[in-house]
Amino acid sequence: MQRIINDPSLVVEDMLKGFVMVHKDIIHVHLKNPRVIISNAAKNQKKVGIVTGGGSGHKPAFIGYAGKNMVDAVAVGEIFSSPTANSFYDAIVEVEQGMGVACLYGNYAGDNMNVKMASMMAKDDNITVKTVVANDDVASAKKEDSEKRRGVAGEILMWKVGGAKAATGASLDEVIDAAQKAIDNTRSVGVGLGPCTIPANGKPNFSIKEGTMEFGIGHHGEPGIRIDKLASAKEIAKEMYNLIINDLPFQSEDEVVVLISGLGATPLMEQYILFNEIENLLNADNIKIFKAYVGNYFTSLEMNGITLTIMKLDDELKECIRMEVESVGLIQIGE
Amino acid sequence: MEYIVNARNSDIVLQIIQAIHEKSQYLSEIDGATGDGDHGVNMDKGFSLAKERIVGNDLSFSDAIKILGRTLLMDIGGSMGPIYGTIFNEIWKSLKDVEKIQDTNVLTALNNGLMALIDLAGAKPGDKTLIDTMVPAIQTFASAIESGNSFSKSLDELSRGAEEGKANTKNMMAKIGRAARLQERSIGFLDAGATSCCIILQTMASAIKGCMQSE
Repeated sequence: MQRIINDPSLVVEDMLKGFVMVHKDIIHVHLKNPRVIISNAAKNQKKVGIVTGGGSGHKPAFIGYAGKNMVDAVAVGEIFSSPTANSFYDAIVEVEQGMGVACLYGNYAGDNMNVKMASMMAKDDNITVKTVVANDDVASAKKEDSEKRRGVAGEILMWKVGGAKAATGASLDEVIDAAQKAIDNTRSVGVGLGPCTIPANGKPNFSIKEGTMEFGIGHHGEPGIRIDKLASAKEIAKEMYNLIINDLPFQSEDEVVVLISGLGATPLMEQYILFNEIENLLNADNIKIFKAYVGNYFTSLEMNGITLTIMKLDDELKECIRMEVESVGLIQIGE
Repeated sequence: MEYIVNARNSDIVLQIIQAIHEKSQYLSEIDGATGDGDHGVNMDKGFSLAKERIVGNDLSFSDAIKILGRTLLMDIGGSMGPIYGTIFNEIWKSLKDVEKIQDTNVLTALNNGLMALIDLAGAKPGDKTLIDTMVPAIQTFASAIESGNSFSKSLDELSRGAEEGKANTKNMMAKIGRAARLQERSIGFLDAGATSCCIILQTMASAIKGCMQSE
């Protein structure tokens, strides 16, 4: 394992110390719980609190999305492991301002349980918590089992919409409805070219043979739908695109957000190459790109691979996507 | 009638913690086949942290198991934190006021743990989870007690049921948790949670037998 670390079991602690120091203009750490990161802008206005959380190893997710008009507080877990119920609870309490808290997170067994327990603890304090569970990964279950699909990079767009809606002063129900609509109109798929290693394990969890790719891989290395021969960017783009476009389905005249994220070890250059192919495919189908993001937005340690996310927009979603954002993982200047 | 004294018997819990520590690498390897290979590491981290809080405090069996449960819930997270945290918390609640713990007390405690877990996780028998170890273990334990066996003999049955339940997860297709994404490809591998649960139940059974008294 070629890594710049100290004690492999303390990578999250060590990383958080650096992160909090560097980004003190945008976030701070919870006074009593080092596993909760809070946006400095969380209480600039009275609004619904936005909370998320998840395992570590996805930088800049999840902590990188704490910031103005995005997420207010983030519960931080071990590498690829859900945060504790206690951390979700501390995050919820920290951002509650009397309007309730929207907990927007991804569909994983551990997160589901810990958020459920945290919500019950918050209820005892008379805090209303409502949730939206992201399930944008098309490859993780069939369409008729979409409630089993896991949440991946589409979560960023869910936070973007939920955070923007909350910033308008909307009620908890309005924020929840907007975030739900965002994820319901978002689809993602991943392709893996090389594995990743949890530092405490010391060796890769899985292998991908040279010259092959795992189509539909999850961002913890969950096996994909099939193993294919490694193809050109054009061919990979087409496979990814078709799976996503046919699932919603997206149609001619739709306006969309395209989000391409590297999984950790894929050079930005390749991400732009893939984007170019996706753009051509969208143009051919007369689907318009309203906003595009390309970069390492939601990674999986040092996995070699890429995810494609497309979100179909309506006027409300467009307004939310347009809003300025100031977070570590996403800075967007307003129009 | 066989029983164990609840007071000053935290050693039962310490033996469970030790067993998880010794098997942590094995558990991670099993998890690596269908999950992300961190089950043993995570379990050992939480259980070892609890050990520091239990050792030298002369605690009862139930108070020690409470500390183990709370530590997993408050400090570990993941899936195993809430799952085992909830089970141990229910065992504590079921046993905290019992001075002399008999077979039926243990049966009630395990049943309460199982019910709380099903409520939290929404898993059913056959989903390839630790429930598939717990359910047959509890069933064989219950029928052994009903048939008039001693506490010690019934604990042997508990261990046997746990072993069989764990072994059966090998032929199951995962329906919940990370391995569920594998669908058919999860068949042929033991479930890591079912395996750690088997270790915990069997160690608990033998530790209880080790301090058995009768009157």
